[in-house]
Amino acid sequence: MSGWLTCAGGIVWREALRFVHQRGRFLAALVRPLVWLFIFAVGFRAVLGLPPMPPYPTYIHYEDYVVPGLCAMIQLFNGMQSSLSMVYDRETGAMRTLLVSPYPRWFLLVCKLAASVTVSLFQVYAFLLIAWAWGVEPPAWGFLTVLPALILSGMLLGAIGLFLSSVIRQLENFAGVMNFVIFPMFFASSALYPLWRIREGSVLLHDIALFNPFTHCVELIRFALYLDVEWVSLAAVAGTTALFLGAAILAYDPARGIMARRGGRG
Amino acid sequence: MEDARAAEQTVPALLVEDLSHSYGVREALRGVSLGVAPGSFTALLGVNGAGKTTLFNLVTGLFARRSGRIEVCGHDLRRAPRAALARLGVVFQSRALDANLTVAQNLAYMGALRGIGRRAALARGEELLDRIGLADRMGDKVRALSGGQSRRIEIAGSLLHRPALLLCDEPTVGLDVKSRRGIVDYVHALAADEGLGVLWATHLIDEIAPDDTVHVLHKGSVLATGSASEIGGAEGLSDAFLRMTGSEAA
Repeated sequence: MSGWLTCAGGIVWREALRFVHQRGRFLAALVRPLVWLFIFAVGFRAVLGLPPMPPYPTYIHYEDYVVPGLCAMIQLFNGMQSSLSMVYDRETGAMRTLLVSPYPRWFLLVCKLAASVTVSLFQVYAFLLIAWAWGVEPPAWGFLTVLPALILSGMLLGAIGLFLSSVIRQLENFAGVMNFVIFPMFFASSALYPLWRIREGSVLLHDIALFNPFTHCVELIRFALYLDVEWVSLAAVAGTTALFLGAAILAYDPARGIMARRGGRG
Repeated sequence: MEDARAAEQTVPALLVEDLSHSYGVREALRGVSLGVAPGSFTALLGVNGAGKTTLFNLVTGLFARRSGRIEVCGHDLRRAPRAALARLGVVFQSRALDANLTVAQNLAYMGALRGIGRRAALARGEELLDRIGLADRMGDKVRALSGGQSRRIEIAGSLLHRPALLLCDEPTVGLDVKSRRGIVDYVHALAADEGLGVLWATHLIDEIAPDDTVHVLHKGSVLATGSASEIGGAEGLSDAFLRMTGSEAA
């Protein structure tokens, strides 16, 4: 058993070391949501009034509303960043080194996912602290209760990234991920506006947002941050995590997956 | 443990029997059979596209084998993949070390993937690096090392778990003549001194010693098997290889 733990620890540790060495990545991961919070949310505050609605007990500022969405955004970008580094690893020998480990492939991929989630947690908590200083003050216990929600949403967004890394053939195709995955997932969700608000504008967009797993990540985080559980979102996030993780494991399977379809050079 | 190691010396480090593989309609390997004895340096000689990398991908389990048989130290790769993978070390053609991390961090990671704790991995790593005069570079970032040095460290990293079989897929690609020589000599010495079976894929004749076993792989088939001097005969390995494969100078 200790060998398994050593292996898992090594994979998580390497990801953390890589993250620490890429200070630009940490900065970018923080600046992105902070720009939304400091600039977009402040401007939007006057436009969008929010009546009391679960999980908020009273009227809230727009900044309060948008913070859970921005936490999920950090994790979304982090998941895609991990996917990018998986594709990069595949172009070097690093991915092969990982996959020839005697531990089962599903285990190695889950460890990779856990590593990506761990890194995202550091980013999210750093952001939550800055948001706190900015005046977004959820209940203090919320910082603890949000942890399982963040782990689960990080797993889902990381699993999507893992799956994408298996279908993206080259590093160059990664720009497409930005356009076709990150932006639509973020904007067609409840990250920036509540679903009922979206419905007032477009029923179709509301329905799309309702089936967007990112919406459920955001709601899971939002409720957990205010000491509550959104059960539907919990089920949706858990279900889609299992789906994407299963698909990624299948895609990395030597008998079926991407590796086998590619020709070698020698 | 020692008994198990001793028993391993009597079975082939690698046994490949009647192995075929295709990418769609393109056949990459056709009925390939070969073996690597413990303590031997076995060269897999072939031009680019001969099927060397495909064979490595099958032996390392990166591709699933659809026909034939692969055994590492008697462990069937399909029936006992964990036992088989645990006995092999691999150095792939593309670089695997993380350039932004130190040598020690890379070795600790490679050890962890094999279930070896950090302390044990570093102790073993230091022992291996000491042999190639690089023990004092443990704290350096891989980025600061020359191509030949990082390649040798990669080979050392693949030996942390004391494998019985070392697979090297053209590990000297892109290196200068001196670095190449150093690496080839190092791996020959590993085979001789530690009883390690080595399968060395290459298209460079000068990496092969006269006593090495050679399998000439061409268009997915093994054309000849024997010691380098047997295959080369009077005309020499280089000319014999060119005659067999009908290719230009390798």
